[in-house]
Amino acid sequence: MYSLAISVKDLSKKYDSTLAVSHANFEVPLGTICGFVGPNGAGKTTTIRMLLGLITPTGGTAEILGESINHPDRYLSKVGALIEGPAFYPALSGEENLKVLATLGGYPIERVSELIKTVGLDGRGGSKYKTYSLGMKQRLGIAAALLPQPQVLILDEPTNGLDPEGIQEVRDLLKKLASEGTTVFVSSHLLSELELISEYIVMLRKGEVVFAGSMQDLLMQQQPIILVKTESHADLQKIVEIALADGHKATIRSEVAHIEGPAEWAGILNKKAFEAGILLTQLSPQLPNLEETFFEMTGDRS
Amino acid sequence: MMRVVLAEWRKLRRPTLFLGTLGAALFFTGLTTTFLYLMIDSEQGNSDRGRQVGREVLNLASGSVFGFASVGGLLGIIALCVFAAQTAQEYTYGTLRNLLVRQPGRIRILLGKLIAMKLFALIMVAIAALVSISLSYALSNRAKVSTELWFTSDGIHAIGQTLLNVAISVIYFGIVGMVLGLLLRSPISAISFGVLWLLIIENLIGAVKPVTLDWMPGNQLSVIAQGGSPEVSYSHALTLGTLYVFVGAVVATVLFSRRDVAN
Repeated sequence: MYSLAISVKDLSKKYDSTLAVSHANFEVPLGTICGFVGPNGAGKTTTIRMLLGLITPTGGTAEILGESINHPDRYLSKVGALIEGPAFYPALSGEENLKVLATLGGYPIERVSELIKTVGLDGRGGSKYKTYSLGMKQRLGIAAALLPQPQVLILDEPTNGLDPEGIQEVRDLLKKLASEGTTVFVSSHLLSELELISEYIVMLRKGEVVFAGSMQDLLMQQQPIILVKTESHADLQKIVEIALADGHKATIRSEVAHIEGPAEWAGILNKKAFEAGILLTQLSPQLPNLEETFFEMTGDRS
Repeated sequence: MMRVVLAEWRKLRRPTLFLGTLGAALFFTGLTTTFLYLMIDSEQGNSDRGRQVGREVLNLASGSVFGFASVGGLLGIIALCVFAAQTAQEYTYGTLRNLLVRQPGRIRILLGKLIAMKLFALIMVAIAALVSISLSYALSNRAKVSTELWFTSDGIHAIGQTLLNVAISVIYFGIVGMVLGLLLRSPISAISFGVLWLLIIENLIGAVKPVTLDWMPGNQLSVIAQGGSPEVSYSHALTLGTLYVFVGAVVATVLFSRRDVAN
């Protein structure tokens, strides 16, 4: 019996001279939500395609539900996937598109109307796919991924094109699925969303895994930060100098000084700022969030 | 496998595709058959490439299907377009990845699609045959063609034989379309290349050096539909046509089963 939904060992993919994924290693326990993050071109989609048997790795191996990715026929009936955005036949209705996939996978056709309702497309299921908005297409893609009642759900940017309400619906749906035992492996650029739902995180940078483990462990590894705003913008640089003089890393981003340091040091900074005649308008010690950590670890500020 | 066939059939049966394809097939069938009878006395000819087909030919037991056999090549080109588009669009729409996630057996996907498209082509061929024979019968009186032998046992045998030949030819054309779709991964490129080659390039080369037509793939497939021609025998066309289709299908299948699906 397997305890891991996904297990990746030394997985690599090379295109000509470019190493798209380099010796990736990570594990995703059963029944968890795992965020998969990395800058554009980091190798997320390539990794997902390898896990789904769409492209052949040039090195290493991986297992899904205890089955090697060399035999996708052994596990794909238990896996739902949305890869690199939704892709359907434009001349068929949303419902008919799902029926094509249901027929192909051998799933009950009645499940189609159920899923159309689940993803909030009721009333539009009979309309042609080409008339759908980006958000509706994305919802249909999620419905297609849910067709097999998957044990593992692999979603590549599922919230692209969704409005805030849609994003919240997807978040709730993923939480519900995870609570029912489905493992969700989801890549997204909305790091704040991933932080809200993910227990595990895999972070890629230039094809290499820079972190794989629990979200808590990731955030614990990072230094807490203190955000500082001053009444006068010119004083921000002075704040940075005070921090650096005390041995703390500090930068200015969007007219806010970000200083790495424990919460207790905020009091010292306040005193030093007062002595230097600097008026602070914000002084907030914070635990690092996923976004900060992501920037820190991937070096990507795009 | 059956699930792949049924899934593909869901796509093929949509009215715009099904009725559109049938409409095109019936238009060419009607046109070819009508010209054959209405221009029977024309000095410019009444068959393909200006050939003269007289009453002595149409009076024979095989007369009822002469028009149908002549349109076989055009029905084949329609099948080529449909097969090529249905195959290549999986790449351009990005839907191939969905299919492969739901059915990872790539050869099974390919065979299932082929069977469904063959069924589609056979329905088109059967309806075209019915329309062509009915039209021939309706126009025979006006063209002073005798139908006395058409429905004798020899006549029925000729109908069956022609139906089989046209079906083989159309399916072979379709497989060529599918191979082009798999190789070029774009419906426009696959259809343009296929039609350009079959309708223009082969004929141009054949006009310059007629002997090359004995070896051209498109000509072999058209000759199969006609049950042989004065220049190319039926058995030669069938053997060579089968060889071309087989080699193309093997190359495309190997590529499809090994190639990464990266779009």
